[in-house]
Amino acid sequence: MNAPLPLTRCPLHRTVTLAVAAISIIVFHSWSASADTARSTAHQDPVAHLDALMRTHWEENEISPSSAATEGEWCRRVFLDVIGRIPTLDELDTYLKDNSDDKKSRLVERLLSDQYSEAYTRNWANIWTNVLIGRSGGSERNSRTNRRGMQVYLEEAFRENRPYDQVVTELINARGTSRPPTASDSARDFNGAVNFLAMKLGNNPNDPEYGTQATAKTSQIFLGRRVQCTQCHDHPFNRWKQNQFWEFNAFFRQTVALRRFEGGRNISFIQLAEQDFQGPTGEPEEAEIFYDRRNGIRMAAYPVFTDRDGAQTKLSRSGFIEDIDRRAQLASLVRQSGYLPEALVNRYWAHFFGHGFTQPFDDMGPHNLPSHPDILQYLSEQFVASGYDLKELTRWITLSEAYGLSSRLGAHNEADNPTLGETPLFSRFYPRQMRAEQLYDSLLIATRADKTGQTTADQEGKRAEWLRQFVIAFGTDENDEKSTFNGTIPQVLSLFNGDLIQQSIVAESGSFLGEVIRDGEMTPREKMDRLFLAAFSRKSSAKERRWANRAFANNESATAAFQDVWWTLLNTNEFILNH
Amino acid sequence: MLHFKSRRDTSRRHFLKHLAAGAAWAGPAAHFLSTLQSQAAELKKNQKSVILLWMGGGPSTIDIWDLKPGGITGGPFNPIGTSGDPQICEHLPKMAQQMHHMSIVRSMSTREADHSRGRYYMHTGFVPNPSVEHPSYGAVVAHQLEQTRPNLEIPPFVSVGGNSTGPGFLGLAYAPFIVDSNGRIRDLEMKTTESRWRSRMQFLNQLESQFISQNRGPAATEHRKILEKTNRLLTSTQMEAFRVDGEAQSVREAYGNTAFGRGCLMARRLVEVGVPFVEVDLGGWDTHSDNFNQLETKLPEMDQAMAALVADLTDRGMLDQVALLWMGEFGRTPRINGNTGRDHWARSWSAVVGGAGFQRGIAVGKTNSDGTEVETTPYSSEDLMATVLQSIGISLDTRFTAANGRPMKIAGGGRPIKELLA
Repeated sequence: MNAPLPLTRCPLHRTVTLAVAAISIIVFHSWSASADTARSTAHQDPVAHLDALMRTHWEENEISPSSAATEGEWCRRVFLDVIGRIPTLDELDTYLKDNSDDKKSRLVERLLSDQYSEAYTRNWANIWTNVLIGRSGGSERNSRTNRRGMQVYLEEAFRENRPYDQVVTELINARGTSRPPTASDSARDFNGAVNFLAMKLGNNPNDPEYGTQATAKTSQIFLGRRVQCTQCHDHPFNRWKQNQFWEFNAFFRQTVALRRFEGGRNISFIQLAEQDFQGPTGEPEEAEIFYDRRNGIRMAAYPVFTDRDGAQTKLSRSGFIEDIDRRAQLASLVRQSGYLPEALVNRYWAHFFGHGFTQPFDDMGPHNLPSHPDILQYLSEQFVASGYDLKELTRWITLSEAYGLSSRLGAHNEADNPTLGETPLFSRFYPRQMRAEQLYDSLLIATRADKTGQTTADQEGKRAEWLRQFVIAFGTDENDEKSTFNGTIPQVLSLFNGDLIQQSIVAESGSFLGEVIRDGEMTPREKMDRLFLAAFSRKSSAKERRWANRAFANNESATAAFQDVWWTLLNTNEFILNH
Repeated sequence: MLHFKSRRDTSRRHFLKHLAAGAAWAGPAAHFLSTLQSQAAELKKNQKSVILLWMGGGPSTIDIWDLKPGGITGGPFNPIGTSGDPQICEHLPKMAQQMHHMSIVRSMSTREADHSRGRYYMHTGFVPNPSVEHPSYGAVVAHQLEQTRPNLEIPPFVSVGGNSTGPGFLGLAYAPFIVDSNGRIRDLEMKTTESRWRSRMQFLNQLESQFISQNRGPAATEHRKILEKTNRLLTSTQMEAFRVDGEAQSVREAYGNTAFGRGCLMARRLVEVGVPFVEVDLGGWDTHSDNFNQLETKLPEMDQAMAALVADLTDRGMLDQVALLWMGEFGRTPRINGNTGRDHWARSWSAVVGGAGFQRGIAVGKTNSDGTEVETTPYSSEDLMATVLQSIGISLDTRFTAANGRPMKIAGGGRPIKELLA
């Protein structure tokens, strides 16, 4: 395929173009000012300040938080949320036996250290792959997305804890090819980050619908603003207007996702590259795009970025890359945007607490004000001041008082029930389904207990295959999709009878269960405790052992009884929920 | 509730005897163990249900049900006469023979022209709202009619293809049970013996109850409800309804050997055993480019399956009990774009209903000459939903209490379309 060709220039327009090439920037508000404030208060412990803010909210709502979670519960949830799986027996044991005052912080540090780099990286690369290209991204027929390519980029970024603002810039402004090099193929110019936009752009920037997905997803994911419906009309609730959608969209019109073939009709990889944009009227000096108002009136739009408080940055109208590289400008505008840190903080908060400061967490705006604006703002400022350090943010949240609360509803916080539509007050931990990936990895951990899961390509493949059964793609122009791993019947069937659970209860020597059963040193009660610790991070109670005895007394062997206990534990709400 | 998976009836009867033993340990957890029901599943009189044919992507109804031949917006297709009053597209010859059973609403006028918002709105009768998740059609109907189906062992809301929306505040127990059009359901085979399965269920129930009693909130409670439903369907002979290959070849051929054809056939089998709501997806209507060629290949598949479904329900005397509804999230622009496509358009489009208590064979409402405006009373998702619910006898005075205590009108407070109800 051809490299993008520069368009022929009209010499007469040249001077005019240059005259407007300078970017006019009007900024009313920016986080950089707030960042300075944050730095001046950097001596303060962010966790203590966060806790104080949260306690004020509890007092104002006249509730008292639930009591603290048990050590086992807290350990289990922090493993699940930070590295995506439950702790092994050894890991749990190490934590429970630690007698130091700062044992929580020591555990979080361990999970964020090189010791867990692989698991941490894999967990977050997976989460972000699903965010950026969807659960089915790359598996579409003749897809332009290379899922592995996306993961390769994200793994690199999370392994080195790359600053978030830099990652976002790299994703929006990525250029290069999509397919990672293999032993037999040294793919030229590979840049896995291009996979974020690969499927959201095409090769005809004059298509009236060009880049609408790139527009909607970039705004929703990085800025926490859902603008898709403004493609056709002004937003009914917030201040987004239709022109802003297309002004944002205009930033993507110099970019094409060129398909590359290596024999055959299937796409081998894509190259994301820039080319001059001439607009539908063929005048690159004034490269506009058109959209239709609802009343049928046709309007023109040029690249304009609208930031917090309506602050606008207008770019030159030229479509010549030489004059202005629209996508590079967009990447830098998003990087400086005040929306960026608050959208990320809200996303992270929702990850760790199950609910963000807005519901949904990626639909922020005047129509959907945050429940805890002070905490959102404080954490956003601290996050900026830390240099957009995702691990720092993880420390603050996981060590906060709220994150350490029990998931039991207390006597004085009954009103705090967001699943009933109430505003979350974070006075207890909200139990929630493990994600499919968390469950898969936790089952591997629970069943191979002390041998932590090694990452091999083979394992990744099995895992991907297992996960695929739960994904349904809708096949619309927005690539909508959903997961049936949502607590409904197919998920329960899979845990009742699926291959994975069958493997988990294998009692041969070498398997986790087999080793527990065969251990001559342990009493039956100790064996029960091993199983309960592995599944729930707690020991069994006398009552539970009595139940098990009664249920499985007639089993043909002790092995069969332990298998049935183990099967049952893995099917309980206590196992399946992060609580 | 203890079931034992077996394909042989003898085992099943044998297993029934164990229920007496089961009662001994049921105790406080009795509600977890519902009684094993007789498997008689004859379609009862007044056993109403709904089949929604969901046209994902937004079908170009101006080319299907409300043609504007000759005009600038009209496109190349010609209208043909039908067995009912209205004319429809020439590429629907089989449906043309069935239109005396169906009616077209040509005055749908909505405001959501984005796929996910439109899908939500047309499925729930509410626009998306961040603070509350509304229940979809299927969940509402399942919730309202479930009590009338004590013998139903399989989920009351089945989505063939999965393009439906969720149960919202009605809870996961009313979530769509999603299957593909081949009716394959993974992991149905219980891989242990009857007695071990029963012991596991006993212990599982005790652990579930214990965790729930610790005040862990709805996620823990919902999990048990789903366990119960799953356990029930594991052994149900009603699961046979999903197996369309059990149907005579002539019947299968009538529906067409397509995913949508199998889905429609499965829908008939499911309503026959008493499932109150079945949704069958036919996607791929998002024709931003090459609209007419795409329709020419798509419409025959739809025509054959939909017409076969109407004819089959009629032949079996079921049509009066089953409300049929055909719609997508919106229509498509009367204006034909530069790629011979049509874009999203919610302001004037058509939906189709039939069966149950509907007036049949008519067209309700009218669009202007180029199809850009509705000239008669415009109808919304709420109105359409109210009409469908009323057609199967669900009271529009029904109020739900959303999880936050807010009362919510069924069908978003929509008012039934009078012309459609006798």
